[in-house]
Amino acid sequence: MMKTEFVMNMPFMLMLTIGSYLLGLWVKKKSGLALLHPFLISIPVIIMVLKVTDVPCSFYMESNRLIDFMLGPCVVSLGLLLYDHRHIIRRNFLSIMSAVMTGSVVGVASVYILSRLMGLDDIFILSLEPKSVTTPIAMELSESIGGNISLTAVSVVLCGFIGAVSGPLCLQLFRIKSPVAKGLAMGSAAHGLGTARAVEMGAIEGAVSGLAIALMGVMTALILPLFNSILSL
Amino acid sequence: MILKGFFIILLHWVAGNVISALAADFIPGSIIGMLLLLCSLLLGLVKDDDVRPVAGFLTDNMTIFFLPAFMGIMDLWGILKLDLLAWIAVIILSTVMVLISTGIVQQLLERRKNL
Repeated sequence: MMKTEFVMNMPFMLMLTIGSYLLGLWVKKKSGLALLHPFLISIPVIIMVLKVTDVPCSFYMESNRLIDFMLGPCVVSLGLLLYDHRHIIRRNFLSIMSAVMTGSVVGVASVYILSRLMGLDDIFILSLEPKSVTTPIAMELSESIGGNISLTAVSVVLCGFIGAVSGPLCLQLFRIKSPVAKGLAMGSAAHGLGTARAVEMGAIEGAVSGLAIALMGVMTALILPLFNSILSL
Repeated sequence: MILKGFFIILLHWVAGNVISALAADFIPGSIIGMLLLLCSLLLGLVKDDDVRPVAGFLTDNMTIFFLPAFMGIMDLWGILKLDLLAWIAVIILSTVMVLISTGIVQQLLERRKNL
């Protein structure tokens, strides 16, 4: 069997994270599928390697603190994304802000109401409320309101897939034809994955969707604590 | 220069943390840091080319930074599997509701402006 001292260490665990991500990127590029998210490859690879080497999952997570730390800088970096799209915001400031605020309120309130109806625990509500927001922001929000960040991360990605897959059909059904509205809807509901789909619809849709990712993050960060303090969650 | 970009990002994060602490942690510091970075860029205090190498790298490769957190779901599987269907149903319904409401509001407001 394999000697554990060669794998039970930080370099190996970091190498596993970066290597599995690179493999995911490579497979995505080769397949040419926009919806083949790299983590669909990375996660099974990490699980498999941990199983084969007999390393506990907790050790893996502990060794990857360095990677976790980068989530903060990731969130701050989104400021540049907002800056790059400042012209679109300036031109449609009021409508974009109102639409994103609506989306954000609907996102938080619908999670609360639906979860209560289906009898889910509070931990589900707290972890799911930020689910329409891009993962690093969602995890920050989840942590600050007392949710489970792992459950949030998985929910965010699931939400992204659902939005990206069902988005074009929903937009058609409700006769949403304006390019700005389409982009905003895709980005607000399904963050990065929705944006990948919006880019295929057109240049305006793609740009607006990218912008909606950051705006939705800010708006939800404002609304979420207000909403929860009113309901004393 | 990579280090300069990284320093600027950390500086805004730290400043965001200070404001967040003053505001009783109402909003996480990193999100305030994002808005502060936007302000600095708009005011010309920071040149976008100074942060772009680092900020671009981070936002382009976001997935890797939550891979470790994703693995935490293994420990949660026990609770999650009991409510698996309800969990998925909430996410599907809520996502579709956000998508439709955002799109409709934006389109309605655009039409009103153009009338």
